[in-house]
Amino acid sequence: MIENGAKAVVNILEQHGTDIIFGYPGAAIAPFYDKLLTSSIKHVLVRNEQGGVHAASGYAKTTGKVGVCIATSGPGATNMITGIATAYMDSIPIVAITGQVLSSQIGKDVFQEADITGATAPFCKHNYLVKDASKLPGIINEAFMLASTGRPGPVLVDIPIDILLHEMEYDYSYSFNIPGYQYQFEIDEKQIEAVCQVINQSKKPLIIAGGGIISSGSKDILYKISHEFDIPVTYTLMAKGCLDDNYERNLGMLGSHGTYSANKAVHDCDLLLIAGGRVGDRSFNSASDMYQKKTIIHIDIDPAEIGKNITVDYELNGDARDFLHAIHARLKKSDREKWIVNRKKTAELESKFVNGDGTIDPKDVLLCLAKHIDDDAIITTEVGQNQIWAANLIDIKTSNMFVTSGGMGTMGYGLPASVGCKSGNRDKQVIAIEGDGSLQMSLQELGTIMQEDLDIKIILFNNCSLGMVRELQSLKFEKRHSGVCLKSNPDFMALFASYGFKGARLYDKEKIEEEIEKMLSYKGTYVLECIVDNDNPTIYR
Amino acid sequence: MEQKHTISVLVENHAGVLSRVAGLFSRRGFNIDSLAVGETTNPEISRITIVVKGDDYTVDQVSKQLNKLVDVIKIKILSDNDFVGRELLLLKVKANAKQRAEIIQLVDIFRANIVDVSNDTLTVEICADQDKLKALTGLLEPFGIMETVRTGMVAIQRGKDCVE
Ligand SMILES: Cc1ncc(C[n+]2csc(CCOP(=O)(O)OP(=O)(O)O)c2C)c(N)n1
Ligand SMILES: [Mg+2]
Repeated sequence: MIENGAKAVVNILEQHGTDIIFGYPGAAIAPFYDKLLTSSIKHVLVRNEQGGVHAASGYAKTTGKVGVCIATSGPGATNMITGIATAYMDSIPIVAITGQVLSSQIGKDVFQEADITGATAPFCKHNYLVKDASKLPGIINEAFMLASTGRPGPVLVDIPIDILLHEMEYDYSYSFNIPGYQYQFEIDEKQIEAVCQVINQSKKPLIIAGGGIISSGSKDILYKISHEFDIPVTYTLMAKGCLDDNYERNLGMLGSHGTYSANKAVHDCDLLLIAGGRVGDRSFNSASDMYQKKTIIHIDIDPAEIGKNITVDYELNGDARDFLHAIHARLKKSDREKWIVNRKKTAELESKFVNGDGTIDPKDVLLCLAKHIDDDAIITTEVGQNQIWAANLIDIKTSNMFVTSGGMGTMGYGLPASVGCKSGNRDKQVIAIEGDGSLQMSLQELGTIMQEDLDIKIILFNNCSLGMVRELQSLKFEKRHSGVCLKSNPDFMALFASYGFKGARLYDKEKIEEEIEKMLSYKGTYVLECIVDNDNPTIYR
Repeated sequence: MEQKHTISVLVENHAGVLSRVAGLFSRRGFNIDSLAVGETTNPEISRITIVVKGDDYTVDQVSKQLNKLVDVIKIKILSDNDFVGRELLLLKVKANAKQRAEIIQLVDIFRANIVDVSNDTLTVEICADQDKLKALTGLLEPFGIMETVRTGMVAIQRGKDCVE
């Protein structure tokens, strides 16, 4: 059949089971939008292309599918960059499609021309500028394959408008063949045997779970290893939800903003099994020499992460799930003594801070929230204190999902991500934890939520501050607070009301439970604005 | 320990590959000493020969990060004595009629060639390993070197081993 390139793209998206895409139109991508009209794919019109990528990210994380986002050439494409970089750091499978100016005009600085493949090369797993219409179907298929296999990541396809309009008989037959791309790795049984032997001999083994545990679907096998062989676990921010937070061997998040137990365990252990994590600097202090004294086993699908930040004794390059199954099969029940006993979790999270009048402690809100949410609720966060509070204080189950920007720490991620989460999971509760600063970075997406009639529960921690940076200034700059005061916040309740959202302002501790119940039972988007003291810390000392 | 490493990289002959490779080096703070590109017998595949300075950790990272580029097909770090490395140098040196003979004599010793001559210059071509290029350049220095152009090193393994 003779079709144009835009139709071919739509056809392939449909073939990949893409049911929802997030985008923003413009002239260069107009042929694609035209063909969308007769497709089964639902288009969510975001309010900024960055939001489109974040929404695709939330969608991908919570549906297991590849997230797809669309933008036009030039400013549309460049608006995507922060979203793409955010997805790249957190290994989220995304296909970003951008329109481009006429092939014959590329390089001439014509209207809305931007070299988006050049600009995003550092943040993409791979990208393409399509030059030959006959290769278009193959490229889109390849983009899906690359985004979702191996270490997942964003792939961008830049399509000049003449290619979108090019009419021909497109060939959809496709076989994946990139000679230099390896995404399946063999397990070396001898190596597994050696690894299991050192684990069996270890007196104080510890597992550090990274985001790869979630993306490879390894929660069950992680639990089995921990439970059956009595090995405590700590997790990175990206792996929250890898184990039930109330499971006794789960020590919580590690690192600069992690729990006392987790960091103490990392310090005291004699063996570290790092599973599906990239040894990021917020989780590991690679300048420390303490790692040298421990046996370190590192499982990662990306060979370049192994040995990059700390020296490793056993390099297990491959899928975390495969390796954990292989290790589980060979581990022996050990008679080692329990080395972590009676973690005093509540005491650890006890803060000496006294909240000012008319403010509430975010801890009280989040602990209460955790009690009332559905077992399969999805939680998104922004970046800042709100994120750390959420990570440390909301006890979630493995059936919950925690969606946050880890590696990039992108403010303005959470709200658009929640759009993607809810769009892909209409039957699930979606709760967006917001900071007043971050919210205002993606505020425009409230319009998307309204237009799509999404039911999102927003918990807004209003401390009239860029709290996290303020805290940093308190600790490291002798309380010289500079550029962190959000003195002129809008009347958030009135603002939300203008979008037709209900809500309440919360500053009375006694009302927390009542208000949370009210919020969760309401049908539709609801905002709980929590007035928080801007001196309330994330790091309890 | 910091030293030079020679890396042979096979890449798909796509547009933009070179900028991806070069971008990776600058982005990750690796130091390129030289870089040379050319087609292989298969026109769809190009070979990039890179000389990089760094310790073992750096070379390991260079090779792993290069491997992550989807267009990179194969990487081989050539071990020191196991390859023949050559670089082409064109060098324009000041030479009046009196100095000409002396320069030509030096050029002969190095089995280099004179490829252009004018009233007051000679242009020398030498294809050799980097030590020889350095030595000849040093000897011609006193005459007054006006310009040099180098290709960057290309390298091939000794014996029957190939990077393919
Ligand atoms: C796009 C972006 N700009 C700047 C920062 C630096 N930064 C990190 S946390 C933070 C403050 C966040 O403020 P808010 O959203 O109100 O959260 P709070 O810490 O007050 O809970 C800032 C400015 C960032 N992470 N992302
Ligand atoms: Mg704030």
